[in-house]
Amino acid sequence: MEILVCVKRVPDSAENEIEMNAEGNDIERDDLVFSVNEWDNYAVEEAIQIVDKVGGSVTVVTVGDDESDEVLRREMAMGAAKGILLNDDAFEGSDAKGVATILKGCVAKGNYDLVLTGAQADEGGAAVGGMLAAMLDYPYASLVNKVELGEGKLTVSREIEGGNQEMNSIDLPCVLSIQTGINEPRYVGIRGIRQVSGVEIPELSAADLGVDAATVGEAGVKAKKVDYFVPESGDGAEMLEGSDSEIIAKLIEILKANGGLQ
Amino acid sequence: MAQVFAYLVHNDGVLDDSAMELVVAAKAVGDDVTAIVTGSGIDAVADAAAQIFPKVIKVDDAALAYPNAEVVRKALVTIIPKGSVVLFANNTFAMDCAPGLSIKMDAAYVSDIIGLEADGTTLKTIRQEFGGEVNTHVDVDAADGAVVTLRPGTFAPDESKAAGGSVEAAAAGDMSAKRTFIEIVEPEAGDVDITKADLLVSIGRGIEEEDNIEIAHELAKAMGAGAEVSCSRPIVDAKWLEPSRQVGTSGCTVKPKVYMACGISGSFQHMGGIKGGFVIAINKNENAPIFQVANVGIVADILEFIPELTEALGDL
Ligand SMILES: Cc1cc2nc3c(=O)[nH]c(=O)nc-3n(C[C@H](O)[C@H](O)[C@H](O)COP(=O)(O)OP(=O)(O)OC[C@H]3O[C@@H](n4cnc5c(N)ncnc54)[C@H](O)[C@@H]3O)c2cc1C
Ligand SMILES: Nc1ncnc2c1ncn2[C@@H]1O[C@H](COP(=O)(O)O)[C@@H](O)[C@H]1O
Repeated sequence: MEILVCVKRVPDSAENEIEMNAEGNDIERDDLVFSVNEWDNYAVEEAIQIVDKVGGSVTVVTVGDDESDEVLRREMAMGAAKGILLNDDAFEGSDAKGVATILKGCVAKGNYDLVLTGAQADEGGAAVGGMLAAMLDYPYASLVNKVELGEGKLTVSREIEGGNQEMNSIDLPCVLSIQTGINEPRYVGIRGIRQVSGVEIPELSAADLGVDAATVGEAGVKAKKVDYFVPESGDGAEMLEGSDSEIIAKLIEILKANGGLQ
Repeated sequence: MAQVFAYLVHNDGVLDDSAMELVVAAKAVGDDVTAIVTGSGIDAVADAAAQIFPKVIKVDDAALAYPNAEVVRKALVTIIPKGSVVLFANNTFAMDCAPGLSIKMDAAYVSDIIGLEADGTTLKTIRQEFGGEVNTHVDVDAADGAVVTLRPGTFAPDESKAAGGSVEAAAAGDMSAKRTFIEIVEPEAGDVDITKADLLVSIGRGIEEEDNIEIAHELAKAMGAGAEVSCSRPIVDAKWLEPSRQVGTSGCTVKPKVYMACGISGSFQHMGGIKGGFVIAINKNENAPIFQVANVGIVADILEFIPELTEALGDL
């Protein structure tokens, strides 16, 4: 099975406190720590486990810039055989549709049985996988938390509301968006990354992919971000202040008053 | 603004409450508002929709008995004129169907919005990023149509049910699909039932390590018989606690007297599982989104604060 996994380099929410810049129109982007989108690690792990069972290979791809090399290498250290960087000035500022258009060009150049994405990335769009599938006319299942292999098809479980699982049969080739918790992504150490540091990562441009530059990048964006702002906190919580022992005394009163302590 | 359509979901023959919110959102976008319901044998659902929407299109077809996103998408592309605005409540069905629909309709796409106004052919929307730490204003060019998913709770629902709308049947067209629905599998019952607890000590990624979970169990024990430990999703993903302890849209819905969120940021998928009760949030980041929705907030490191609280309770 030839599997393509789409991965994105994102600000690491565990490592950064997101703050507004001095102008108050964007987040402070200097000194952000980046990592692989959490969902994408689960997608890569799932792809590796499938290939371990039935053979084939895993390719990871990202639409990014020169700095995106590091996320591809991290996923290659997990066990992806190949990495592809889709990089062109024309791609800058692409929205989900733009990213899906670029990725479609990459899918067309390969011979993949299965394409995986994460369920969502940092902006919470949860859109690229479904768009890519529609562009390719492949069937799609989102929020997949279990994959079983069959002949020319897969049985996949989608995680829906309330912990219920929706079981589907889906023809190959298809696109799946992978939900966290489907597996336990393997640990990647410095040594693993060092081992793949010499592997060449091909870089493809709009021209290489046959992508019309007018359909991607900022030119193709229909949903434009105007600015960033800090939400008004509504009523907001009553904040308990004072020394630790004062806070704890107040908290115990509140617990009692609300029936939390008998 | 162009025609506005809202796709309504229903379960076991009952229309989902989100319909009452979607009608408010749809009217904020334009005057020509229509609901679409799909399914098999759905007269009652369509009638319920007509109490809420002025016009309802009903697509009744055996192939739509279960809302398979691929099949529903085909039906929607057949029925909805290009250039329309299509609204969904943001849920796991919308995540499955809406992005692909926007491609097939060649329309703009914006998901999980928490604010919506129309200005000419522009939709002025608000979204969250970084789990709610910051918001963005997003202007959507809907001149060629738009597909929009709305976070539940964005608009106050219109519960009057006085629309007296009309129901019209439409044919779905080709219903073949490369994905087929098999069955729904319900979650296994766990050892604990957090939905029955009076007080939940709920831990999130802020607990940092599996070994630290013990401090939450100790606190719950010090609080008495009605207290249990629950958690956010990353704790279950890491297999540190069993799935039956997860609170949220893809976990349990809970209604304790007091909910203590410890090291939880307050994502809407988590908060969506808390239906009432007094919420106390403890987080080391004073800007954590959970402080916007909790009743009481404490800025503290839970790894220090929880043991101190446990000790204080022991002294009572
Ligand atoms: C379709 C879908 C369904 C989902 N369903 C659910 C669901 O049912 N339930 C659910 O919970 N999530 C669900 N999620 C995930 C959800 O979007 C969030 O990712 C998740 O809730 C975040 O969990 P968290 O708050 O524990 O972690 P984070 O968002 O990482 O927050 C950790 C918080 O802990 C604080 N912190 C860190 N260290 C400390 C410390 N020592 N002391 C005090 N505070 C500390 C940080 O400041 C931060 O605010 C779902 C996601 C999707 C896409
Ligand atoms: N720039 C990108 N390059 C490659 N894949 C991406 C990119 N952006 C998003 N994706 C994929 O699409 C998924 C969902 O992202 P989103 O639709 O942005 O929430 C991610 O988990 C990735 O698998």
